[in-house]
Amino acid sequence: MNEPVRRLSVVILVMFLVLMAGASYIQVISANDLNADGRNVRTLYREFGSFRGPFVVDGETVVKSVPVDDPFNYQRTYADGPLYAAATGYYSIVYGRSGLEQTENTLLNGSDDALFWNRLGDLFAGREQEGASVSITLDSTLQQVATEQLGDQRGAVVAIDPTTGAILAMVTSPTYDPAELAGHNTEQVNENYQKLLNDPTGPLVNRAIAGDTYPPGSVFKLVVSAAALESGYKPDTEVYAPQELDLPGTSATMTNYGGEKCTSGDTMTLADALRVSCNTAYANLGMSLGWGVIERKAKEFGWTDQIDIPLRAAASNLPVDPDEAQTAMASIGQYDDRATPLQMAMVSAAIANQGTLMNPYLVDTVRAPDLSVIQKTEPTEYGQPMTRSDASKLRDMMVGVVDNGTGTRAQIPGVEVAGKTGTAETGTDAPPHTWFVGFAPADKPTIAIAVLVENGGDLGAAGKDPTGGVVAAPIAKAVMQAKLAEDGDL
Amino acid sequence: MATVAEIRVHRGRRSEVALLAIAVLIAVLARALVDYHADVLELRDLGIYALTAVGLATTAHLVLRRYAPSADTVLLPAVFALNGIGIAMIRRIDFAYAERGRDTTFGNVQIGWAILGIALMIGVILLVRDHRVLRRYTYTAGLVGLIGLMLPLFPVIGTEINGARIWIHLFGRSLQPAEFAKIALVIFFAGYLVTNRDTLALAGPKFLGMRFPRPRDMGPLVLVWLASMLVQVYERDLGTSLLFFGVFLAMLYVATERLSWVIVGLGMFVAGAAFAGTVFAHVHSRYEAWLHALDPAVYASGASEQLVRGLFGMASGGLLGTGLGEGRPDLVPYAESDFIISSLGEELGLTGVMAILTLYVIIVQRAMRTAIGVRDGFGKLLAVGLGFSLALQVFIVVGGVTRVIPLTGLTTPFLAYGGSSMLANWIVVGLILRISDQARRPSQEVS
Repeated sequence: MNEPVRRLSVVILVMFLVLMAGASYIQVISANDLNADGRNVRTLYREFGSFRGPFVVDGETVVKSVPVDDPFNYQRTYADGPLYAAATGYYSIVYGRSGLEQTENTLLNGSDDALFWNRLGDLFAGREQEGASVSITLDSTLQQVATEQLGDQRGAVVAIDPTTGAILAMVTSPTYDPAELAGHNTEQVNENYQKLLNDPTGPLVNRAIAGDTYPPGSVFKLVVSAAALESGYKPDTEVYAPQELDLPGTSATMTNYGGEKCTSGDTMTLADALRVSCNTAYANLGMSLGWGVIERKAKEFGWTDQIDIPLRAAASNLPVDPDEAQTAMASIGQYDDRATPLQMAMVSAAIANQGTLMNPYLVDTVRAPDLSVIQKTEPTEYGQPMTRSDASKLRDMMVGVVDNGTGTRAQIPGVEVAGKTGTAETGTDAPPHTWFVGFAPADKPTIAIAVLVENGGDLGAAGKDPTGGVVAAPIAKAVMQAKLAEDGDL
Repeated sequence: MATVAEIRVHRGRRSEVALLAIAVLIAVLARALVDYHADVLELRDLGIYALTAVGLATTAHLVLRRYAPSADTVLLPAVFALNGIGIAMIRRIDFAYAERGRDTTFGNVQIGWAILGIALMIGVILLVRDHRVLRRYTYTAGLVGLIGLMLPLFPVIGTEINGARIWIHLFGRSLQPAEFAKIALVIFFAGYLVTNRDTLALAGPKFLGMRFPRPRDMGPLVLVWLASMLVQVYERDLGTSLLFFGVFLAMLYVATERLSWVIVGLGMFVAGAAFAGTVFAHVHSRYEAWLHALDPAVYASGASEQLVRGLFGMASGGLLGTGLGEGRPDLVPYAESDFIISSLGEELGLTGVMAILTLYVIIVQRAMRTAIGVRDGFGKLLAVGLGFSLALQVFIVVGGVTRVIPLTGLTTPFLAYGGSSMLANWIVVGLILRISDQARRPSQEVS
């Protein structure tokens, strides 16, 4: 009977080898998939159970994890939560992450490759794994001023340092407090989230970069101007600016804001056309340039590109193969033109930075728990949409807009400000969206800004005729003024 | 005979002491780690635990030295190590439950079961001085085994827990009689087969070059097949039925040396299992949960939730594990019993699982070695049956948890929480030790 016993021993050995193979398959080969499975609460517990790095603004910690006595060990706390929500996003045990909490997750939770040596050190020292701290480029004062200025109005403000691309302010209104979603009481978090989600004003939407994109209206004339300058136009080139412009192929005509005449004659300089924001002049200019020229210029400024700052910004839209009438409409920022406030701030920043567009970014430095810098964003160029001389010509034209054009309410005493207003029809009966883009000081800009107030804000709601010059310009002025005061330029 | 009288026999009892010391050390260190991570480490308690372990090991060793001096020397340390690891893990799971507000004392109870188990093992060594005595009780054992198997079906004492009717209530405790029936039936099989092996092996028609059994010799095979199928159907205990049938087949093969029996038997089992899978919903859902465990629909229905949660646990352990006390084994239902291997996999990693499986391999291979060494056919079959029953039980439960085969309810020998399994498996160890004493005893001492 010994031979079958020996054979049986081999069978048993094979059985155990199969078990070992099974365990290896689960614990090594498919371990990553299993760990990443959404139903695996273990990953969640581990993630939430470890010390997550803080967010820093202007040297102050604005978001941090504090130890608590519950299964999650740490509670994410948001000082001034609503003020920075647009950038930080939330960190919820129920709804996961958003904003920088999501994009910088591996750095914050310490699992990023950049933190390998720190992890190794923690392992040997028996310390708990700690995440890195992320410092954000936002300027707390500008953030504060922009928030106050927008008030209850729906809209957004994006301010960029034109020379680096660092985002100085990113405000969306209304917003929310991430603390409401960061609690460990699942029911409460659920309730808060549902409330935010069902709020018709959309507080969870980041209007600055990823809301619905907006028709840019007259601020798009900056792009058309840039295209015209490149095509040989000069600021003092006379352009055709009738009271009414026939739209080819249609029975419709285009008029100016309020049906006014732009000029006493039939022509005016390009600079004047921008200054008074003459629709017929730009519509005609667009048709003579041809859509292809404008489209190329817009793309150089960032249109149709999806930009990560590192939050993903919605791509701004351009019409596809418009006919002449549509080209006329698109040349004044209507028809299928759409832009995010970030996109408009980029246009402003490129003109301010002598034609060079820098990549906008939100994350300044990332520091390991021992405060050593493990990542620092170096400014990079997005492109060169304008030549230096064209940019300075357009800058001077924009100064004219603020000096004695549609944007006089953005004037700051003692400082030259460049700007452009926009009042964009929404295609519905609702009041128009109001815009202002600009930068200051005009000769050596430290801030480029875009302000959007949906449906003319309070003025629109009051039934008055809102314009970018009245609604958005003062907001931009206040933010730019705050920046100049900070820099000692006032 | 006289010429070999001078040979000094190396029995290896001293190496047993060294191995036992290692096993006890593993048990004590594991507990120390668990207590340390739960912030309840007290040297006094740990000392008592260590002394108890040393005391038990010493007692067991001395009993073997005195009453079974030639018994296998690796078996006891391996089982001690498994017991120690199991107790530490169960204690650790107690702490995990406590953190979630569930008060359990599985760990302490398990220590009690282990002590009782070792006592039973010693009892077997003392009472059964020669395993051949057991052959006299062949048919008694068969009857006891069958009754034990059927006990849970009787009203009043039988109880259904978690859909399986495998428990009986006695003296305020629930018991799984199948664990003990396993031993009785192995004794019965061994006795029956050793008597009838010639008729089973030699008679019968040849077909395709293989000799197949005569229909009337197939009687016991059919009987066992029916019994295991009945268990599967009425007690909803797939694991036990698979275990019994597998053990019987293995013993039949060893007794007759005829592969044809295995083929016939496996064919019958596969046919039966396939039939059960199509006819009985609970069997079918097991198959589904096994094949499509991660399928969202199957998971959502709850059929594979426990299995998948176990997989998540093992995956999070990875190669080296989270460390004792650092994982979340409490996230898997029945982490202390059916799924203890996934708890161990989580906290000790693949490395730990490999080590544990290797311990089982050692135990089972020692049983096989014993079977080869022992001289009487009954002893051979008994050792094979007991050893293979351990191997198959581990394969069924660990294979279920690691998705090698469909998940069925069986306890992991020596590791999982539960008295019946602990006691029964220590008896198995006692019997294997007793046979190995015969097997390894120098021939001149055999009277």
